[in-house]
Amino acid sequence: MKGLIYFVAFFLLIIGAFGIARSKDLVHAVVCLSVAQAGTYVLLLAVGYQHHASPPVFGSPASRPTRDVVDPLVQAMALTDIVVSATVTALLLAISIQIAKRNHSVDPDELNAVEG
Amino acid sequence: MSRPVRYVVFCLGVVGLAILLAPAVAHLPAFGSTFHPYRTLAVAAAVAHRTANVVSAINFDQRGLDTFGEESIFLASVAGAALLLRPGEHETERRPLGHARMLDATRLLGYVLLPLSTILGLDLISHGNVTPGGGFQGGVVLGTGLHLLYVAGSYDALEKMRPTTLFEWGEAIGAGSYGALGVAGLLASGAFLANFVPLGHFGALFSGGTVPLLNIAVGIEVASGGAILLSHFLRQAMFTEPAGGGRRASGERDE
Repeated sequence: MKGLIYFVAFFLLIIGAFGIARSKDLVHAVVCLSVAQAGTYVLLLAVGYQHHASPPVFGSPASRPTRDVVDPLVQAMALTDIVVSATVTALLLAISIQIAKRNHSVDPDELNAVEG
Repeated sequence: MSRPVRYVVFCLGVVGLAILLAPAVAHLPAFGSTFHPYRTLAVAAAVAHRTANVVSAINFDQRGLDTFGEESIFLASVAGAALLLRPGEHETERRPLGHARMLDATRLLGYVLLPLSTILGLDLISHGNVTPGGGFQGGVVLGTGLHLLYVAGSYDALEKMRPTTLFEWGEAIGAGSYGALGVAGLLASGAFLANFVPLGHFGALFSGGTVPLLNIAVGIEVASGGAILLSHFLRQAMFTEPAGGGRRASGERDE
């Protein structure tokens, strides 16, 4: 059971990729990409987790700094991950709109010809 | 590529990925263990620079250069999306007449949540060095919370409250001041993005040196960028329509 969380992370990655492979709609494919990317958040946070540890924010002077916190490094990387995911999603959606305008279709199967 | 071929390629890819991942998982630390060398080093470094939020200390102090790159990615993608979403050659922008009816409950909720989300966004940015939050999180809340005006009121109200030019400036100023703070660190301490500002007291609002300043710079940029991005998508969805409706409508160049 200990590796279950890593299994969840890779499951999200693969099910997201599968969604892209069988997609009939570009917007659907973009959402599937977000699902696949969610696997990386799970992986990062799972690597940094420690049982019975507190969050890596010491806040008020009352809560003394301690070493027993979950790994803040992977949390910072998850934040980077989320920002990049959001920007990539925005760009892909904008490209999807352009494709829909040019070809009147967002079905990847109908977008075979490469146009200049 | 036909659909069956695509599935075969996908299955091959999954098998290859599984072969690579299996040994990797075997060497991962056990879930929930106490072995976190980076955590130990990062907490010590954050406390040394009197930053109570260790995640902010990592993002804006210990690996500030990475965040500079991340911020540039954000800037580039907002610019790219704006470029892709501008009205094309064969499109016109049409303003629909009249307003859609809105439920009173929706309007009330929107007007109550608008000031709350604005305050929450400002709080997340300004306290990013002492409590959970920071420039990215607060900026997203500010940039999207503004669009409650559209949900609650009308598009006209949103346009009055959302001077797009100001946000374009805000985005440039936010990104530029991050770089300027980095150069200031270079001049003051000899390293790009060095923490050269007085550190203050641990847990105080102005603590952590450059961390709150960089948070504000990122907050301005992300709030502006988010608002610009959403405004382009909204305009696209509401007003833009192909001229004449034809695919290759040879027509007048639109405004």
